[in-house]
Amino acid sequence: MKPNEGIDTLTIAGKTYLSRLLVGTGKYRDFAETRAAVEASGAQIVTVAIRRTNIGQNPNEPSLLEVLPPSKYTILPNTAGCYNAADAVRTLRLARELLDGHDLVKLEVLGDPATLYPNMAETLSAAETLVKDGFKVMVYCSDDPIAAARLEQIGCVAVMPLASLIGSGMGILNPWNLSIIIANARVPVLVDAGVGTASDAAIAMELGCDGVLMNTAIAQAGNPVLMASAMKKAVEAGREAFRAGRMPKKLYSASPSSPTGGMLGSSKAA
Amino acid sequence: MIAVTINGEARRFDGALSVAQLLDELKLTGKRVALERNGEIVPRSRFPEQTLADGDRLEIVVAVGGG
Repeated sequence: MKPNEGIDTLTIAGKTYLSRLLVGTGKYRDFAETRAAVEASGAQIVTVAIRRTNIGQNPNEPSLLEVLPPSKYTILPNTAGCYNAADAVRTLRLARELLDGHDLVKLEVLGDPATLYPNMAETLSAAETLVKDGFKVMVYCSDDPIAAARLEQIGCVAVMPLASLIGSGMGILNPWNLSIIIANARVPVLVDAGVGTASDAAIAMELGCDGVLMNTAIAQAGNPVLMASAMKKAVEAGREAFRAGRMPKKLYSASPSSPTGGMLGSSKAA
Repeated sequence: MIAVTINGEARRFDGALSVAQLLDELKLTGKRVALERNGEIVPRSRFPEQTLADGDRLEIVVAVGGG
């Protein structure tokens, strides 16, 4: 038996991770809080956005990748803010150059700045281009089982359906669609977007997700570092419950947990 | 004198300079950046040899916090 057999790991694009919790790095008060929360979460994969550098800023100011170095974390560049396939592809090509050729990326193409709901037509188009260009694409998508299957068919290395809208904290709105996606997928399925609190993450894992990606749930918690710790436990707990195999739900069972024999006799005289 | 656009801002420089020299001017040397010149990515290894021309449009990007 190999030493690692029995340890439950997550494999994405041929690389193995111990943590099934992936976190974003946005919306924190400052880099100190970002680092503390990411550490408390135990996440090994963190997402970043790609933006124009501020020309003329203080050269001694630390940058995000100095706080979360690529040597320690798997940095997953995203295409947040892109509303069409061309922009998403362009962004990720720049990201690949920025990260010395690392090509594991998160694709998201939004349809609407109010809801941030994904534009699936543009997402599918971008995915095709990116996969052909050699990227390993983890793709943010709607919880449409047909679209998710198509993205896998195109060659995405993971599909990441939303639980609910980005930043909404509404939790899993459609566990049924998620279950269908999970049943059909042969690549990892990670819930991405809409997780609000620890139980949401646990439920995602209990449904059979391979991982959970979140940002706002931690960054906008009252105490982000504490919430990050809660999320780490929630993902682990949900995963163990899934692996343990839950008991069935029944309307009623007439099956108490305590023995039915040996009850005390009546105390009244016969 | 060359006029270039960097991240949407118009800039002028006294003479032609290489991308590496530009980054030095902008205090970005040693920082992890990616650069696009007129829509094409310039690999880091080519920074010293690529010379800017009048009218060039550059995008210089970094990783920032995001979800």
